[in-house]
Amino acid sequence: MYKIKFNNKYLYYFLFLLIGFVSCRTDIIIFPYEEEPVTSPEFTSILGFYLLNEGNMGNNKSTLDYFNCETGTYHRNIYADVNPSVPKELGDVGNDIIIYGSKMYAILSCSNKIEVMEAKTAKRIGQVDIPNCRNITFYDSFVYITSYAGPVQHNPTLQQAGYVAKIDTASLQVLERCVVGQQPDGLAIANNKIYIANSGGYLSPNYENTVSIIDITSFTEIKRLVVAINIHRVCADKHGNIWVTSRGDYLNSPAKLYCIDSKSDKITDSIQIAAANFHLDGDKLYLVGSGWNSSAMQDKSNFGIVDVVTKQIISTQFITDGTEAKIGNPYGISVNPITKDIYVTDAHYFVSPGTLYCFNKEGKKKWEVRTGDIPGHFAFYGKY
Amino acid sequence: MKLQIHKQIFFCRINCSRLLIPLRYIRKDGFVSIVIVFFFNSLFAQIDTTKHFEIKEITITIAPQLEIIPSQKLSGKQLYNLSSHSVTNAIRYFSGVQIKDYGGIGGLKTVDIRSMGAHHTAVFYDGIQIGNAQTGQVDLGKFSLDNMEEVSLYNGQKSEMFQSARDFASASSIYLKTRRPTFEKGKNYNIRAKFSTGSFGLANPAIVWEQKITKSVSTTLNTEYTYATGKYKFKYRRVLPNGNVAYDTTAVRQNGDIQSYRIEGGLFGNAKKIFWDTKLYFYNSERGIPCAIVNNVWKNSQRIWDRNFFIQGAVIAHVYSRYELLTRIKYANDFLRFKNMDTTMMILDNRFIQQELNTALTQKVRLLKGWELSLATDFQWNYLKTNRIQMDIKNYEQYPHRFSTLVALATAVEFWKIKALANILGTLINEKIGNKQKFTPAVFISYKPVKNEEFHIRFFYKQIFRMPTFNDLYYTEIVNNKLQPEEATQFNLGLQYSKIFNKGVWESIMFKTDGYYNIIKDKVIAVYKGNSLVTRMMMNIGLVKIHGIDVIVLLNWKFKDAIRMQAQLNYTFQKARDYTDPADNDAYFGTYKGQISYIPLHSGSFTLQFVYKTYQLNYSFIYVGERYSNSANIRENYLQPWYTHDLSLGKEFCFKKRKFSVLAEVNNLLNQQFEVVDNFPMPGTNFRVVLLVKI
Repeated sequence: MYKIKFNNKYLYYFLFLLIGFVSCRTDIIIFPYEEEPVTSPEFTSILGFYLLNEGNMGNNKSTLDYFNCETGTYHRNIYADVNPSVPKELGDVGNDIIIYGSKMYAILSCSNKIEVMEAKTAKRIGQVDIPNCRNITFYDSFVYITSYAGPVQHNPTLQQAGYVAKIDTASLQVLERCVVGQQPDGLAIANNKIYIANSGGYLSPNYENTVSIIDITSFTEIKRLVVAINIHRVCADKHGNIWVTSRGDYLNSPAKLYCIDSKSDKITDSIQIAAANFHLDGDKLYLVGSGWNSSAMQDKSNFGIVDVVTKQIISTQFITDGTEAKIGNPYGISVNPITKDIYVTDAHYFVSPGTLYCFNKEGKKKWEVRTGDIPGHFAFYGKY
Repeated sequence: MKLQIHKQIFFCRINCSRLLIPLRYIRKDGFVSIVIVFFFNSLFAQIDTTKHFEIKEITITIAPQLEIIPSQKLSGKQLYNLSSHSVTNAIRYFSGVQIKDYGGIGGLKTVDIRSMGAHHTAVFYDGIQIGNAQTGQVDLGKFSLDNMEEVSLYNGQKSEMFQSARDFASASSIYLKTRRPTFEKGKNYNIRAKFSTGSFGLANPAIVWEQKITKSVSTTLNTEYTYATGKYKFKYRRVLPNGNVAYDTTAVRQNGDIQSYRIEGGLFGNAKKIFWDTKLYFYNSERGIPCAIVNNVWKNSQRIWDRNFFIQGAVIAHVYSRYELLTRIKYANDFLRFKNMDTTMMILDNRFIQQELNTALTQKVRLLKGWELSLATDFQWNYLKTNRIQMDIKNYEQYPHRFSTLVALATAVEFWKIKALANILGTLINEKIGNKQKFTPAVFISYKPVKNEEFHIRFFYKQIFRMPTFNDLYYTEIVNNKLQPEEATQFNLGLQYSKIFNKGVWESIMFKTDGYYNIIKDKVIAVYKGNSLVTRMMMNIGLVKIHGIDVIVLLNWKFKDAIRMQAQLNYTFQKARDYTDPADNDAYFGTYKGQISYIPLHSGSFTLQFVYKTYQLNYSFIYVGERYSNSANIRENYLQPWYTHDLSLGKEFCFKKRKFSVLAEVNNLLNQQFEVVDNFPMPGTNFRVVLLVKI
């Protein structure tokens, strides 16, 4: 027996050595909040903006960042800090965000909800459950939200139409639903009509190609206008034009931008330019994106501006200091309505933290900062 | 007496490295029935089912080198006692291995060896590879441990000559070997019936019937049924930086249920110089796919149906004393259906039928004493039929086909204190999207400096690749017709020392360590084009370099009163860094040189087994260190280490002349709430009881 003890000692040493390597579990702290000064303060009627990071599907990594213009500080992951008691934080795939009135609405597609927060603090007010919700816009005392999760058509192909939900901003109740085309994404309102881009993303390669037009008063679909395949973003300018992006099929049909006249509900123009996101500021439509050419196997990033009055591309490169070479996957775009600073995000490979760049109106970089995963959507806080 | 048997077996193991000698030797010894198994990679474990070696004790796993570099293996009793239900549970005890486990009984489980990625792990079932040209990886959660005799893992490849070309063709291999029938004297049948039950609503009966037909032909039939609700409680708890609870929520894992049955039949025979076997396998299951738990989503309803069928056969002929022949054939037909009726996601009902035909012919000649040469040729056909739509259907066939021809030329030499094997593998792939031709070498060397000590220094170098899968090639939104195979290069230097003591309490000791350096070049990575996460395309852009160390220590003791004890310690260090994008090199959040996703720096296991008469107590501890869910090694992607303590107690007894054994196990003793994959919670403490009767 003596011998065992003697020899076991080495085993103990070995174990002890090993335990030195390993680390143990501790309590898991909620998603960490971080602050980073990035620039000098700027005082306008815009106090700051929120940036919604999408996060990859299934990762539950949608996060909310806030840039405070008055301190020049960037705040990462504020949601969990402000609302620590919400199980599993903000959610999965943040697809859109707006501020309307005193409330902020964040669309969490794969969490099947609209998170409603106080615009000032990002404090949670409640949520509206809308499965597979995509985009949001507002009109009057309602917000309108597109959702992929309409009724299933039990024909052999098992297609599922989407719908638009009308939500009362005071009670946060879904008042009405209007079924539209396949996989509705962007939507915008003009001339008392809602224009919805039916992308048909789930049907690829046989994409849907229509814009659904809903009369806002009766809340019924009045027309389905054929535009182009795989359409995505929609916005309305002040001249009554509806702008719609088409992503093409990445093969033969290129990505394009279409203009619909909301009076006649006809397509009036089309411009060959790829856009992941666009932002309308006055009469300038800023677009970022990268077009993919399968035959050349190449990405082509673009940072363009389209004049919505002349309907011409007025710039194909609004970044003027060479920073564009660093932006591998331009994804989000916004323009400060007062200072006209341009914000562009780079989503990199969609799986790691992105970058937010700020350019002045001449297109020179002012600052950059790390964001969450897939930064995509902006909402300005303040008066403008 | 027992010790003597050990020695005999030892002897035949040692001699098995040269084929013909052991046959003669064993025949004289009356072991004929067990001999054939050797040719199907299966010598070691079989022995302990003979009547001479009905092990009550722990199997000593220090195997003298049959291959130039031996494998890690779990077999017999040890396998039975250490690992519940699934094959992946057994593989957890190997070093250098990371298992991706999405939780529960029905969830997907894949094995990543030495951080090269699950696609580089080949799985062989009774000697022949289980293919999956569509996804390129095998879900090991499907394979039961019932009737499994041995699970072994080879880094590089099985460093052996006499195998088919497929065995040379992957970066690492897992061999699953089912039990082969052996009969006690005067008995011509065996029946083993087993029933397991426990947590997750598990009911799992299984029966094995082995029958001797003639002196040289025997048959086996094995069926198993598994039912489990897959439900378990899990908890998410987060605290504030000051330690106060932010939230603490408990839910029940849903949609992790499984219902499956398996029928397996085998026919085994040996003639004068010919050994053959055939096998029929049928598996059918319906499973729920447990989803990622994200905010506001706690359950889902995706279903998956699997129906796997294969028939395979092998013949080994010792034509002359210097010339041997091995031939194998397999036909597999796999059906898979994936259905999502959850209206919050894309509605799908996809069906896939994969067929594979695989033929192999290997010839080996002994040119001189200590110099052998072998030539292996494999031909394989893969076909996938599906209702899933191909994106770029105009340019390619409707359903993907692949013809693969593999030719491996290998030579082994044994001289002085060195054993070495070198082979070159030629692969020719014919496919509509483009033909590929590759030549990949491998070298294995083992050096034994001291004649009478089991001390070995070994080295291997291997270059291999994996083909892009059908999914990579045809079922992405953007088809990349220039997609190339993903290349893996491995360097390994290791040493091993083992000693068996014939007296005293120390029965044996074994120490082994390997350092390795792997490079994965042209790694196939999904990238998203055209600014959309929907438009996936596969590209050869990844580059990963892995530095690693594996350490294994195995100790066996034998005390008075038949008390035996075995302790095994595995430790793995892996620095697996992502060199894909040199521009993404921010010191804090850049992915460049970041540890790749889900690979811990430190991981390991410790197992302890006590045997006292008919009682057996097993304790195991598994540790997986901190990891990141992405190559950007930042706090947001950080995953805590996890470690579980498992305990099991077994007892064998006789009742009315029948042999019974009962095993009770408690897993995750401390009820740790952990995740292997982000947002896929794993079960806390769970139980299982197994009752086995042998007739």
